[in-house]
Order: sequence, then C-alpha cells, then structure tokens
Amino acid sequence: MLLKLTCLVPLFPLIGSIINGFFGLKIGKNAVGLIACGSIGLSFLTSVLIYIGYIMLPEGQHVFEQVVWTWFGAGDFNVDFGFQIDPLTLVMMFVVTGVGFIIHVYSIGYMHEEYSYYRFFAYFNLFASAMLLLVMGNNFLLMFIGWEGVGCCSYFLIGYYFEKKSACDAGTKAFIVNRVGDFAFLLAVMYIFNIFGTVDFTDVMHAAPEKLIYGGEIATIITMLLFVGATGKSAQIPLYTWLPDAMEGPTPVSALIHAATMVTAGVYMVVRCNVLFNLAPLTMTTVAFIGGGTAVMAATIGMTQFDIKRVLAYSTVSQIGYMFLACGVGAYTAAIFHLVTHAFFKACLFLGSGSVIHGIHGEQDMRKMGGLKSHMPVTYWTFLVSTLAIAGIFPLAGFFSKDEILYHSLMDGNIIFWGMGISAALLTAFYMFRLVFMTFHGESRVDPSVHPHESPKVMTMPLVVLAGLAAVGGLLGVPLIHGWHILHNWLEPVLHFDLANALQHSEHMLHEAGRHAPSWAHLLEPKEHNVWIESGLMLFSLVVAIIGIASAYIFYIKRPDLPAKFTEGQWGFDLVQNKYYVDELYDDAIVQPTVEGSKLLWKECDAKAIDGAVNGAASTIGWFSRQAQVFQSGFVRNYALFIVVGFISLLLVMF
Amino acid sequence: MFLTFITFLPFVGAVFLAFMPKENENAIKQTAVAVALTDFLLSLLLWTNFDNTTHKMQFGLNIPWIEAWGINYHVGLDGISLLLYVMTTFLTLICIIASWDVKKHIREYMMAMLALSTGMLGVFIALDLFMFYVFWEFQLVPMYIIVGVWGGPRRIYASIKFFLFTAVGSLLMLVAIIWIYFHIQQTTGVATADILYITEHLDVSLDVQKWLWMAFFLAFAIKVPMFPFHTWLPDAHVEAPTAGSVILAGVLLKMGTYGFLRFNLPFFPQASYEFVPMVAWLAIIGIIYGALVAMVQEDLKKLVAYSSVSHLGFVMLGIFALNPYGIQGALIQNINHGISTGALFLLVGILYDRRHTRLITEFGGLAKIMPKYTICFMIAALSSIGLPGMNGFVGEFLVLLGIFQVNGLWAAFATSGVILAACYILWMFQRVMFLELKNPKNMELKDMNTRELITIVPLIVLIFWIGLYPKPFMNTFDASVTHLVSKVNPDNFRPHQEHKSDSHGEHTQLLTPNEMASLNHKLQMPNKVLIKE
Repeated sequence: MLLKLTCLVPLFPLIGSIINGFFGLKIGKNAVGLIACGSIGLSFLTSVLIYIGYIMLPEGQHVFEQVVWTWFGAGDFNVDFGFQIDPLTLVMMFVVTGVGFIIHVYSIGYMHEEYSYYRFFAYFNLFASAMLLLVMGNNFLLMFIGWEGVGCCSYFLIGYYFEKKSACDAGTKAFIVNRVGDFAFLLAVMYIFNIFGTVDFTDVMHAAPEKLIYGGEIATIITMLLFVGATGKSAQIPLYTWLPDAMEGPTPVSALIHAATMVTAGVYMVVRCNVLFNLAPLTMTTVAFIGGGTAVMAATIGMTQFDIKRVLAYSTVSQIGYMFLACGVGAYTAAIFHLVTHAFFKACLFLGSGSVIHGIHGEQDMRKMGGLKSHMPVTYWTFLVSTLAIAGIFPLAGFFSKDEILYHSLMDGNIIFWGMGISAALLTAFYMFRLVFMTFHGESRVDPSVHPHESPKVMTMPLVVLAGLAAVGGLLGVPLIHGWHILHNWLEPVLHFDLANALQHSEHMLHEAGRHAPSWAHLLEPKEHNVWIESGLMLFSLVVAIIGIASAYIFYIKRPDLPAKFTEGQWGFDLVQNKYYVDELYDDAIVQPTVEGSKLLWKECDAKAIDGAVNGAASTIGWFSRQAQVFQSGFVRNYALFIVVGFISLLLVMF
Repeated sequence: MFLTFITFLPFVGAVFLAFMPKENENAIKQTAVAVALTDFLLSLLLWTNFDNTTHKMQFGLNIPWIEAWGINYHVGLDGISLLLYVMTTFLTLICIIASWDVKKHIREYMMAMLALSTGMLGVFIALDLFMFYVFWEFQLVPMYIIVGVWGGPRRIYASIKFFLFTAVGSLLMLVAIIWIYFHIQQTTGVATADILYITEHLDVSLDVQKWLWMAFFLAFAIKVPMFPFHTWLPDAHVEAPTAGSVILAGVLLKMGTYGFLRFNLPFFPQASYEFVPMVAWLAIIGIIYGALVAMVQEDLKKLVAYSSVSHLGFVMLGIFALNPYGIQGALIQNINHGISTGALFLLVGILYDRRHTRLITEFGGLAKIMPKYTICFMIAALSSIGLPGMNGFVGEFLVLLGIFQVNGLWAAFATSGVILAACYILWMFQRVMFLELKNPKNMELKDMNTRELITIVPLIVLIFWIGLYPKPFMNTFDASVTHLVSKVNPDNFRPHQEHKSDSHGEHTQLLTPNEMASLNHKLQMPNKVLIKE
C-alpha cells in the first residue's frame, strides 16, 4: 500500500542533510546541490504517491496513522513515534515539499559563491525534515520535535554568516523568543495529558467535546497556552520581534523558513487543534484580536522600512496575522487557504528580492535601487504578479483567500475584526507597491559602479513557477459557487465539528456538577451564506486595494517629493519607523533587568551571602580552635596542672 | 560474586599500577585503559543479564562482615542503581582516555581515578547502611586528591571546601544511621543495618521520621547539590582537572539523587510526602537560580557548573513528584545529565588544554577553525537545553509531566527553566564559537584529534539514542520505580478519605467523568465571555 511510504517523506531530507553535512566538502558543490534538491524532490514525489494512496482509502476513513516505534513513556504515559496522514497534513506536506523543492533549486544559484555551500544545504535539508515531522506527527510531542527542530534550523540559518554579530544576535534572539512560546506549548501538552490521559491528536480531538466544558476554564487555559506557543513560532504580538531580525539569514532561508513554512506552523497547529479552540470562545476572540492587531501593526511598520527584506518580513508578520484572524473567527479553511496562497506569493517575493539583491551585488536598501525593471525583466514581472496577488487583485490567488477571510471576519466575527482586516488590506496594497515602485520603477539610484544584471536561469525558473502558482492558486477556493471550494471540501473531515453535540455534553457535565448551563441556543442558529454580501465585500476590498496601489503610485512615481514632506519631523512617523520601540522596551524591561539581576544574584547572593555564611562558619570554628590552642601548649607542667584541676573538680562534683 | 569482582577490579588495577615503574608512562596509561575497558564491558554484561521485570535486587551477595554487630557485606543491583552503575564504569573509561595528557604524576593520577571508580561503584551496590557509609566516605578521598593535586590554582581551597561540605553533611547521616540501627534492634530484635530489612521493618512515628529524613536530606542535598548548599560545586568544578569535573558531574552528584531514592523515599515515605513542598520549592529555586547565575558567568566551566545546579533541580523535582512519570524522568535525567554535562566538561577541557584559559571573552569565532569541535559542542549544548529528539528532552518532559500532576504552578515555574537554559547556553555558544576570529592567540588552534573524538563521539551517540529510543534504558527501572511509587503512595499511610483533601495540589491521575465534571465546575468561567456579533 502506498501509504506505507509515509515515514520516508521526512527521512529523505534527513539523509540528504547527513550526507551533505559530513561529506559535503569532499563531494563538491554540484553533488551537494543535487543531493539536497533530489532528496526533497523525492519527498515531494512520495507525497504524491501518499496522496494517491489516501484517496483510495475506503469511504469514511479519513485518517491514516503509521506508528514507527514507541518513543518513550512512563507509567500510563506513552508516546509514539508515529505519523498521521489526513487532508490537513497532506496540504501542508505539499506546501513544504513543493515550495521547498522550488526554493532548494533556487538556492543552488543563489548560494553558489559561498564557501560553506554544503553547510547551508545540510541545514536546509534538515529544516525540511523537521518541518515535515511537525506537520506529519500524530501527537503533540512528535509535533514538538519538529516544532523545536525547525526553530533550531532557523537558528543555524539565521546565523549562517556567523562572523557577523548582527546575524548571531538575530539567531539567538529568534531561538530564545521561540522558546518563550515553546514554554507555553509544553505546559499545554502537560495539561492536555492531565485531562485526556493521552497526547495523541486523534484521541484528544475525539474526546475533547466529552471532557471539556464549552467556555470552561480548562479549555480556555489549554488553548491560550497553545496560542502563546503559536505566537512565538508564527511571530505574532507580543513575540513577533524576532522575525524582522531573522532577515539576517540568506534570502532563500527567509523565503522558505520565514515566509512559506516554519512561521505558518502556528497556524497549522491551531487548525490541527480546531476542536479545542472551538470549545474556548474566549481564546477564539483573543486569537482574532491578536491576529487582526498584528496584521495592522506590522503593515504600518512595513510602510516605513527601507530594507527590502524587512518590508517583506513585516508583510509576512502581517499576513500571518490574517491567518490567525481567520482562525479566531472559526474560518479555518480560509486560514489554510491563505497559508497556501501566501506560501506561493511570499516565497516568490522573497526569492525575487533575493534576485534583486544578487543582481546589484548585495545591496538591500531600497533607496539605492530604482529603475531595475529593464535590467531584470523576469524578476520584475514575476515580482509584479506576486505583488498583485498579495495586494488582493482579481483574479490572483491572494484575492480569493484574503476575501474569504474578510467575509468570515464580518459574518462570523464582528465589524471590528473586519475593520482591522480591511485596513490591513489597504496598507498592504500601499506598502507592497511602494516596494515595487521604489525598486523597479523610476530613476535608478543604484551605485554607478554596480551593473545590475538578471539572475541565472536556475534562479529565475523558480520565480516563474511560483508566480504561476501565485496567479492560479486561487482556484483552490472558488467562492460564491456552492461546492466549488475545493479546499473547503477537502478539509471538511478535519474541520468537522458538531457544536450541538459538544454543547449537549457540556450541559450534561454542568448538570452533574449541579450547575445550570447558560443558554447556548443562539450559537446553534444556522448561518446563511449570503452571496450578495460576499460579492459586495469582494468589490469593496478590490476598490480598497486599488486605492492603496494608486496612492503608492502618487507618492512614489508621480510626486516622489511627497513622502519626505509627509514624514519629516513627524513624531508618529518616527514612532512607526522605529517599530514602536518594542525592541527597546523588551530590552530595557526584560533583558537588561534579568542580566543585571543575575549578576547581583551571583555576586551578592552566591558569593557573599551563602558562601559568606559557609566561610563564616568555618572561620568561627577556626577562631574557637585557636582559643582552644592555649590548652595544647606542649608544656608538661601545664597538662599536669589541668589534670589536678580536673581531678579536684571531679571530686567536688561527686561529693 | 560477579558484581563484587567488577566493583573491585579498578581498585585491584590501582594497586597493580602502584608496582609499575613510574617512568613507563605509556604502559601505565595502557594498563589503566585496559582495566577500565574490561570493567565497562563486564558491567555491560550485568545490563544484558538484568531482569527488567522485577524490582528485586539482582546479582546479590550477602556474607557476614562484622558479625558481632550484624554488619554484612551485602551487595546487589536493582533498576534504580543499574544504569548509574554502568554509567560509572563508562565515564571512568572515558575519563581515563581523556586524561592522556596529564603531565604530573601520571601513575598516581591513574591510581586515584581507578580507586575513585571502585568507591563510586561501591556506593551504588551497597545494601548495608554501614557499608554504604564506608563507600560514601571512601570515594571522597581519591576525589579530594584529584582536585587537590591535579587541580587549578585555587585547588587547595576548592578541595577542602568540597571535602568539608560533604563530610559535614554525612556526619548527620551517620548519626541517623546509628539511631536507625539501634531502633531496629529494639523493635525487631535483629541487630542489622541491612537496607532491605530496614526498608521493610522500619516503623517510626511521623515526627521521628521527619528528623531522620532531615539528617539524610542534608547529606544528599549537599551532594546533589540543592540550593542553597551548592556553593562548593562551582569551586570544585573550576579547580578540578577535566576528568575530575566529568566524574564529579556525571557520577558524584548522582549519589545524592540516588540516596533520596534508596533511603529517603522508601525509609520515610510519609515524611517524604510531607516534605514535598519544601523540596519542590528548593528544586524550583535551584532550577531558576542556577540558570540565571550561569547566564552571567565569565568562566566556561563555572557556567557549566551552575547549569548543573539547574539540571539537578529538575532531577530532584522529578523524584519528589512521587509518581512514575516524575521518578522515571528523574532517573533518565540522571543519566542524561551525566552524558550531556560530561560532554560539555570534556569539550571545555579540550579548549583549556590548548589555550590554558576558560574565559569566554578570550574566545570567539572558533567555528571557523574548529568545525568538528563546534559541531560536537553544539550537539552537547542543545542536548543540555533539552531539545526534543535529544536525550535531555525525554527526562525533562517526564519530570515536568510528573510535577504537573502534583501542582500546575510548580510545573510552570520549573518549565521557565527551559527558556533560561536557552539563554545561557546560546549566549555562551555565540560568544565562543561565532563572531569574528579576533584573538591572535586563537588563530592557530587545532581541531579535535582522534583521541578526543573517541571520548566525545560515544556520548553523542548516546545523546541521540536516548533522545529517540530511550526504551532500552527506561525499561531497566520500570519495575523498580513502580514498586517505589507504590511504597510512597499517600494511601499507604493516610486513612482513606476523599481525593481532594490533599494538603498540596490535586493528585488527580485519570479522572472519572464525575471528577472531571466537578473539576470543570470548579473552574467554570462566567459565561458572559461568549462573543456575540
């Protein structure tokens, strides 16, 4: 059976990574590239075979699980090293191996001049393997191997240029901020085991409606902890600060890890645990608020940055905010839809920016670009397609996925969520076209000594493929027409949630505890799918996107003097450009006090208080010993005297 | 008999070395390696012949020693001691190979190492309290000598501090041992110090239990070391030669945790239960405090030493979770710490051999010229911070899972240790391995040689083996832990009553639907948080 191949998917890149890591220098660059791309290509092909195997499963079976071995356990706790194949996993597998393969190919060209070419590909393959573990694991802990594994690879790759201090700092920061999220994730897993007695996804999701009370504190705490974990990995407020810094890594890394796959792991995890989140309305609202808030906040910062990769990084933070907004209002399909389309266009954008940087010899400041359109036609056109896609222009991929999120945030959420979504859309269209205009249009501001050139085929072909995907990806979820939303139908088995049944269980549990259940009737009212509202919203957001593009056109093509006028001396602009001083705040409020406090603990508490007490005790004893020394004078007559005195006192005491 | 043979083989080797000519250094080293290797291989035989299904002592031997006082030479291994025993022979071998370049008094050094090995092995197999005490004190001497003779500049201060700390702690334990001896004689009429017999028959009131528990606690807490008894450790580590540090971290500290499992828990189950909050808080403080102080260290070895305080906090927390998750986690974490921290000490030692300094500021950019070293260091460091897929995670997670069953808040505090661990390890790693290679003294550093790789690679293999498939290791103590947990189960010494009246936290294991509902009820939120459009 084809599904038996499951465990090979993460294994291929792992083997590739080991070969390249140990023998990379000996086998030469061509072989390294071939092994790296070949291994992930094999994973992609295997995923296709698994897909075929999956659709041949008998009717009614939606999950295939493969336990490879029992990982560890104690008492009644046991956790398997096992994989699961279900619709959600398959979608993620295709994104990781498909987009991953394209970016691997691109990297052959991009990294070609590097001495430690092999090291890059060893990490890159290792990352792919860990990411596949993350999406294929059948329990929380195996997911956690992947979860921390990708974080670790991201750490290596951000710090790839390890001689640069900024790169090292960025890597360390990414790892530590991620660990804050992981801390919450771990606690959530422990809590889940405490309640369910298992950490297996299928079992937990199956038992959740019967064990958790709707809106109860247990469900809320567990999901909140999980969500904090997600904010770390997916760079959401308040743990987003590491992602912009992570741009210190080579550009393909930014494309694969910090745009297409790893940073969306949080979204995947929330969707994977959708049953738990459905039972915790308070958490859902929080998720939506954080997501929407992040979308807007990151977009505002994106408008003010000049480093081409940083703009894209904030754009990524903002777009992931969209996905969480969708999760928060229960539109999980829309979240995954946007995850997929975002993987296409954002990977293309990052690789495009890499091509630009490559073409002008490492310059990243947009103020030193401009007019590159004619020098790099392929890069320009693919970049433009992806930009239109992210801005939400019909009929490109971003249009469909974004509008689905906006529609649900209004219908299943409220006007505030929608407001956040639509303003982020406006800002996105603006800053993305600001980027395009500053980079490719207008006068050239490139250093005259540099001759811009188009990148080699091995780099432009991936761009073309990704741009193509960004153009047609929307077909996965055609709106309005019933039954045409392929992704929706496909994910149905994972996202199916019987709210009525869950509420019944909750009522029953509350009843047994002697409490009245609140009225949940309004939750069960069927929601009409209003085609007219949806089309109206689409039109509106299209208009908004065009306004955004038009204003970018005015600001950066028509009247290039305007931006300076608007921004100069404005404290608001300074605030945004300095990223709201959040980094500085964290540094002053958390990092410095911890370091200084630790020094104090060491010097004062450890060295003075504790050791002081110990040494004090020792010297006190020493002092007494020296006093007692008097008696050990070595003179026999003194000893005789003591004997006599002792004898007499003994006699006195006895009689 | 076999067990005795393995235990005393190193000592015999040490005596044999004493008769070898001093000048023939190679022969001395080779003999020492041969002895340690034989010992290690023989101890592996113990493992393969070990019966996982029982908690009973195996390979036992019980012969009278001082008959007048009923003191026997009684030895044996069970699941709790087996892995520690094997790890001792293993680390001894690694350490002897790692000490190849010791310049001063190589014969005496090897003798001390081998004698130390016998002392430590004796601690883990002793089943008679007096015998245990003899070994417990005996292994101090070679360790004292190793630090005091082959140590760094402040070796005298460090070795005396180490010796006095431990000796003071064990004095109270000796008093308690004597008390127990006479008490057992009075109550059962048998004059014996047999550990198994005492475990079965010691029956004292809670108040007395508490006093005795405290006496043992002090001895073991100093050894572990728990906050605030830890200050001897950084000094001892910094001054000890590399192999001394490895043994110190890998085995000597484990004697403390072993003591808790062998004595405190089974002898005084009720007192142990009563003291859970105290130990848990000390352990949590140790985890956080150790990590914070480690973060600001300037000396690599001191950093690793303080990280040990943090890691051992996890082990203690696991033991005093008093449930199978926690104790199994603690036992595997014992081994993990020996491997990861052992590897870190070896690696720091390799650097010290080349540069004769351990100051972090002296380094930077080593990744460029020492790639093999960097990879090994990275793996050891990541395993030390508990990256899943490596050994540290398995232990840490089980410990945390165990303590979560007792008290969620404690678990949350302890889990914050994983963030701090990442801070101190990565920050150090960055400053040593990454950045520019600036210091001219480092330009010519050589990467690891074959001998050094031989000492590190086995540890790295173990890191992944335990991380991915710990079953062969964890199976050994499954039965023993189950037995131990049943012994300290509060139901044994508490009149049956409802579950909730626990003095601290809920001992909820698997909830019945009713309990579930009542728990949910307790935590039920006001329903106004439901969002309407």
